Amino acid sequence: MDLIEKAAAGDTLAISRLLSEVENDTPLGQRALDALYPRAGRAIIIGVTGPSGSGKSTLVNRLALALASNPEGNALKVGVLAVDPSSPFSGGALLGDRVRMRDLGTLPNVFIRSMATRGALGGLARAAEGAAQVLDAVAFGIIIVETVGAGQAEVDIARMAHTTVVVEAPGLGDDIQAAKAGILEIADVLAVNKADKPGAEATARSLRVMLEIGTEMMGKEGADDAARWQIPLVMTCALDGAGVDELKNAIWSHQRWLNAHGGMEARNRARASDALERAAREHLFREWRQGLRDDVYRAVVDEVVAHRISPRKALERLLKT
Amino acid sequence: MPEKRIRVLIAKPGLDGHDRGAKVVARALRDAGMEVIYTGLRQTPEMIASAALQEDVDAVGLSILSGAHMSLVPRVLELLKANGQGEVCVFVGGIIPQEDAQVLLETGVSAVYGPGTPTTKVIADLRDALVAA
Repeated sequence: MDLIEKAAAGDTLAISRLLSEVENDTPLGQRALDALYPRAGRAIIIGVTGPSGSGKSTLVNRLALALASNPEGNALKVGVLAVDPSSPFSGGALLGDRVRMRDLGTLPNVFIRSMATRGALGGLARAAEGAAQVLDAVAFGIIIVETVGAGQAEVDIARMAHTTVVVEAPGLGDDIQAAKAGILEIADVLAVNKADKPGAEATARSLRVMLEIGTEMMGKEGADDAARWQIPLVMTCALDGAGVDELKNAIWSHQRWLNAHGGMEARNRARASDALERAAREHLFREWRQGLRDDVYRAVVDEVVAHRISPRKALERLLKT
Repeated sequence: MPEKRIRVLIAKPGLDGHDRGAKVVARALRDAGMEVIYTGLRQTPEMIASAALQEDVDAVGLSILSGAHMSLVPRVLELLKANGQGEVCVFVGGIIPQEDAQVLLETGVSAVYGPGTPTTKVIADLRDALVAA
């Protein structure tokens, strides 16, 4: 049996090795993604994002524990992809999410993989999508993807996940932060973590105000109230597990809403078309770049460096060669 | 472009709570371009082996100051082997008496580092062991 077959049969070491092949974008990794794609598409992907220090990893620890021990219906396998940043200088990374996931380490139906961003800027690892697809194909029913500490622009997770949980914590910003575009817009569920800390109620209040303003505005635009998802706000304390059941229920409600209103289909379609677009961009760029002589390319870069021609003009010239 | 990176698990088995050494090594390996999975304090050999398996690491660094190395280290080696990861390079740092170090090296540990070892040595040894392999 080769590695792909072994992984498909549920062999943990094979799954783990295959994830490395996918992460390193090797020919075997690419072949695995092609071969496993027809088997994927069944897992529920839950994204967990939010600022550094808001308690994402600790909350994921609790959430995965709750999902793995008591999922709706039969016992599901839970995969966790925990992303931390790569150093832009050395390319190395310190992946520390496991420190907070002590309760999951030896559970037979939980698999945690730490991933470094490897240059990706949207809050996810370059290969996060591929890694999720592998886990999906080898029968993980739930995949939790934890992003790097994210502020305002790292919103790639919303494209990848079916349900995105944004974790906030007290003391990280005022109500204007809540009104800015970006990370709060992608929330399907909001969690105010560290609910035992002073200021948690105030944080929840300003987030609720933003949610209400959003609802009122959409109401005026004539959107149908019944068909709209009302973003729930859950207070959690990941350290002692308070509120984790409510969080789990909020995620399942969102799943039911997606299924009832065609949202699942829409999200999967957007994701597929996104993946195709990305593959096309990478492929076309590689083909084009490989067809260019290095000295020609360098000469044009020199022109841009010297501010004689703009990058756009430079591209026009290169496309003509 | 993506490439293969050396992945190292740094773990502290046993009950001592002093993790400065482990953090220094983790940080140094990161700065040397490696991906370091740091697991924190008080790990059982089972937790360490399970993490090594799920993370598909090339090496495992164990930091032990408690004196329990003669029971903890062989147990980790045994579990790695049972999981099909017998080829993973295992190194140990901490307060390890000379004669114990000798025994550990004979049972399959690639290196034992005492206090004051320059991190550059750890990096160079790892590169030698992993790139040659």
